[in-house]
Amino acid sequence: MKIAIASGKGGTGKTFVSTNLFKTFESLGHSTLLVDCDVECPNSLLFFDLKKVSDTKVTEYRPIIDADKCVYCGLCYEYCEYKAIFYVPELKHIKVLDNLCHGCKACSIACKHGAIEDSSTEIGDVSFFSDSNSHIFVEGRLKEGKIASIPIIKSAIKEASLLSYEYLLMDSSPGTSCPFIQTAVRSDYIVLVAEPTPFGLSDLKQSVETLNSINKDYGVIINRSGLGDIKVYDYLKDNEIPIIAEIPFSKEIARYYSEGKLAVSHIEEVKILFEEISNKIMKNGNSIS
Amino acid sequence: MEIAFLSGKGGTGKSSICAAFISIAKNVIAVDCDVDAANLYLIFPPKNTIETNYISGKNAIIHQDKCTQCGLCKELCQFDAINIAEGKFEVDSISCDGCALCFRKCPTKAIEMVDSDDSKLYFGDFRNGSIIYGRLSPGEENSGKFISVVRSLAREKSKELGIEDIIIDGPPGIGCPFMSTITGVDKVVVVTEPSMSGLVDLKRSIDVAQSFMQEIYVIINKYDLNPEVTNQIKEYCLEKNIEIIAFLPFDKEVVDAMINGQTIIEYNSESDISNRIREAYQIVFKS
Repeated sequence: MKIAIASGKGGTGKTFVSTNLFKTFESLGHSTLLVDCDVECPNSLLFFDLKKVSDTKVTEYRPIIDADKCVYCGLCYEYCEYKAIFYVPELKHIKVLDNLCHGCKACSIACKHGAIEDSSTEIGDVSFFSDSNSHIFVEGRLKEGKIASIPIIKSAIKEASLLSYEYLLMDSSPGTSCPFIQTAVRSDYIVLVAEPTPFGLSDLKQSVETLNSINKDYGVIINRSGLGDIKVYDYLKDNEIPIIAEIPFSKEIARYYSEGKLAVSHIEEVKILFEEISNKIMKNGNSIS
Repeated sequence: MEIAFLSGKGGTGKSSICAAFISIAKNVIAVDCDVDAANLYLIFPPKNTIETNYISGKNAIIHQDKCTQCGLCKELCQFDAINIAEGKFEVDSISCDGCALCFRKCPTKAIEMVDSDDSKLYFGDFRNGSIIYGRLSPGEENSGKFISVVRSLAREKSKELGIEDIIIDGPPGIGCPFMSTITGVDKVVVVTEPSMSGLVDLKRSIDVAQSFMQEIYVIINKYDLNPEVTNQIKEYCLEKNIEIIAFLPFDKEVVDAMINGQTIIEYNSESDISNRIREAYQIVFKS
């Protein structure tokens, strides 16, 4: 079963929930794989003592224009929907703008003169890590300065899915657009982590709208409860959205998080709370799969 | 002057601090570039809002009556966006990038490109000037392109209204939306927090930002949460020659202000945190 941990607003505690949930699932005897899909800012693995086992480069298609063969007909320029080909026919100047190119290959298909050579550029990697108990962890990571997160997310989930595990936990990117949805569509159940504040509520609504549009089953964990107001509860009640659990605001929890430590390993109440959360999520999962 | 607030890691307090800057600025164009999850308008609700539809991209659709199931579209697609369901070729609109290659190459012209226009652009006046924000339709791609549209509208309005300062609340992350937000701004303020995650994300965002520009400032929010990591951030900034313009303590009043629909400056102008934010504002705007 694949479970995504997501939120519209950043910093609501996705990574906190993913990492502590992983530890709890494992301690309850379920084989679990943690995959960090927040490829722009992957942080989940900071909470474990790990060694890198393998590393696969993720590449994206890039065209190379051969100036000797190019007749400056401009067909590739016409085909490019991303304005990624800089073309000045009067000066016989043509160039691919790497940062605008989406790697769709349309220019290469368009060219009738064999002037476009197919190549690729590295945009990030998918790495496998292992801890001292041989648990495997997977991380997708966007290369700094690159913009295409999606191929890395897809590739991280694909590679992780090749391994056999009872539960696959995916720590998603914040937001409600492409990176979030790419993780969500590949999961059986989504845990939305929300904050009981006006910003938190507004972003939760948008996440719910997105998940409804793709017909996914989900529940909400309210993190830092007691810090904000009650409007988020009213919203969840009015829309019959299940609350999986509430995690109280606590400086002690925040402190462990900031040190890169798992709260379930240090605070008894948090350990018990996460066991309850795990049992609820597993029960939900079993009823849908 | 155009200033962008960014963070790498989400939830560091970027929007709250950006909103505080806006309320100090008095007459300003406020821009929300976190088009996935816009929040500034909750603090600065605009009046006389003008709403426009934005065509965020195109998606391919296959007309089954013309499709001969030759499979060329599936073969050409670099985004794995063509699926075969019950013997029919269909476009997965989530994966479709709108490159139009299938549309151009389909031998029976069975493919059409349609606009996806559920995204909205809002503009209106608020108590400190004018606010512009976008709302990308749920699950839509191309947020980078949308951000550049939001920003060019902001620049147009800045000229038209004679308001010089533009303050931008940016998206989390370091990918496509980050790049669109940072391109061409005068200064960047990176808001971070003293956690291991905050630190590694700060490093990633500074590395990317420095390849674009020089004028980068850092604010450490909730600095008292973990003094050791705060020190590590200080050392890192020293090494990178980046000025830390504020150390803000954890203060529940920031959340109370938000619940009240106010910035911390408006909610408690004389608080320690408000004073520290005002000092930071002076550094950014006077230098």
